[in-house]
Amino acid sequence: MFNRDRWREILEVLTSNIGRTILTAFGVCWGIFILIVLLAAGKGFENGIRADFGDIATNTMFMWTRRTTKPYEGLPKDRVFEFKVSDVQAIWDNVPNLKFISPRNQLGGFRGGGNVIRGIRVGAYNVYGDYPEIINQDPMTVTSGRFINHNDIKAKRKVAVIGQGVKSELYEKGEEVLGTYIKIQGVNFMVIGTYKKKNNDGDGEEAQKEIFVPFTSFSQAFNRGEDVGWMAITAHDGSSISQLKEDIIGVMKNRHKIHPEDNRAIGYFDLYEQFNRVESLFVGLKAIAYLVGIMVLLSGIIGVSNIMLIVVKERTKEIGIRRALGEQPWSIKKQILMESIFLTIISGMTGIIFGTLVIYGINSLLDSVGPVDMFISPSVSVGVVSGALMILMVSGLLAGFIPANSAIRVRPIEALRTE
Amino acid sequence: MIEIKDLHKSYKMGSNSLHVLKGINFKAEAGELVAIMGSSGSGKSTLLNILGMLDVADSGAYTLDGVPIKDLSETKAAQYRNKFLGFVFQSFNLINYKSALENVALPLYYQKVGRKERQEKALSYLDKVGLKEWATHLPSELSGGQKQRVAIARAMAAEPKVLLADEPTGALDSTTSYEVMDLIQKINDEGNTILVVTHEEDIAHMCKRIVHLKDGVIVEDKKIEQVRAEQYV
Repeated sequence: MFNRDRWREILEVLTSNIGRTILTAFGVCWGIFILIVLLAAGKGFENGIRADFGDIATNTMFMWTRRTTKPYEGLPKDRVFEFKVSDVQAIWDNVPNLKFISPRNQLGGFRGGGNVIRGIRVGAYNVYGDYPEIINQDPMTVTSGRFINHNDIKAKRKVAVIGQGVKSELYEKGEEVLGTYIKIQGVNFMVIGTYKKKNNDGDGEEAQKEIFVPFTSFSQAFNRGEDVGWMAITAHDGSSISQLKEDIIGVMKNRHKIHPEDNRAIGYFDLYEQFNRVESLFVGLKAIAYLVGIMVLLSGIIGVSNIMLIVVKERTKEIGIRRALGEQPWSIKKQILMESIFLTIISGMTGIIFGTLVIYGINSLLDSVGPVDMFISPSVSVGVVSGALMILMVSGLLAGFIPANSAIRVRPIEALRTE
Repeated sequence: MIEIKDLHKSYKMGSNSLHVLKGINFKAEAGELVAIMGSSGSGKSTLLNILGMLDVADSGAYTLDGVPIKDLSETKAAQYRNKFLGFVFQSFNLINYKSALENVALPLYYQKVGRKERQEKALSYLDKVGLKEWATHLPSELSGGQKQRVAIARAMAAEPKVLLADEPTGALDSTTSYEVMDLIQKINDEGNTILVVTHEEDIAHMCKRIVHLKDGVIVEDKKIEQVRAEQYV
């Protein structure tokens, strides 16, 4: 295989008609180029969408109460009910493999406009009553001070963590935030921290304008008693929340005397399912990229095969001479296969290099014009490139197969007679 | 060295079959220089092709240096050709993108001789045919006589048991023809067995034995007084 003479010969043959070789190489080059660029574009799209999900724990569901739609155990339909704090423990007890259960209450958003006052400044923000674990499900970076902790929960401290957006609206630039008070619906809370979220979607600004206070203080201050507005539940990485969902809702139905077939009483949003739907979109995109790329590559391969056939035809006499001098048929076959593989791989590499350059160009363009919606850093992994090389190797082999066989099919005496 | 018995060969051309060799019996000892003569269509090239294992006979036995040649696979045939036979063609059949030296080295390459040894050996054979200075030249830069001498050097490089020459002088003028024949005679003087197919009387008389073929049978087989080519050069 690594025989100097053989390689010299391969180069001699391929360079003897350099124009034709380049044209042939172009087909393969173009195919792999398209493949690489399509895959990179798909990846860029994927990155963009993933960034929209932010750092949210995707194995998560949100669950809230609605009205019952079926009478059950003597209770009428259209009954209003609320989750209770004790429901959290009930879920822990009955459903395995859960990582976090965060009961939440909320002011603002879909349950009325919150009203936050500081001095002469007023703002309307979403105010959440939360447990410290929420930071794992809805990740944020604490930029100053600290986040809520369990001592806050136990002591029902009236403390608040505010977003960057809240800070910029309620405070002067450079003003000290920590230790100051803000009035949320008439109740004073001390600011103990500020946060910043890394969301990239349309709600980006909204996400920075939230206020987090301890769940227990929230309930007391805003008269929620044992009620829970909604819950964010995350499963362990090994199991999917979509599968545990039914169990969780079953527990809730049981505890709140809801008809087992009343599917509208409890509302939920399964982030994991949504995420999976998007995931399968990525898979689809990748499949299309591979399909189109490989189809284009295929026409390039056919080109190589064609040219190899012509080369073999042109060299029929030479092959006859070689065989008369005692070259083994297998050696001739190997020669032609290697020429084909070599040509395919070299041109494929060129395609990969060009593709990479184009991706590099697009990336630096994206960097200079700023972020584009749903498209971030298109790229191909080393795995994809080595996969492409494998494809090239196999296709080179396939391209050379027919010509190599036709080369040794001609009997030496006939090969010698051709002019 | 060579022994063939009752060799038959026919070609199928559409529905007709052309019986080219009709029972050839022939024997050549080591060190002989045999001219095979005959008009075109007499079957002399077919005979040479069969002797050269480029073609197979329909029936009959062929023994080369005690080895029965029959039912060869292509691989085996290639191996035997490389080991036993050297070919010289009318149209030289040099590989045109390879230098004279590389052409001569080719059979050695197929024998898996190492690169360095191969080059040395090839060069010494080129020297033998007087073309050492032309080693790096491509065939297109050589004259017809030079090309044929390179071809002879190539045929000899593998140190074959038999040299088969198919009209070696057919494409050359008479002076160059005699030069080539002089070379062939000298190689024969060293004890090599050589078969020359020709239809030229003067070339045939430079051999030691003439076999006449007519319509697929040997009509005459005689030893002759060799005419040395030297005197014409």
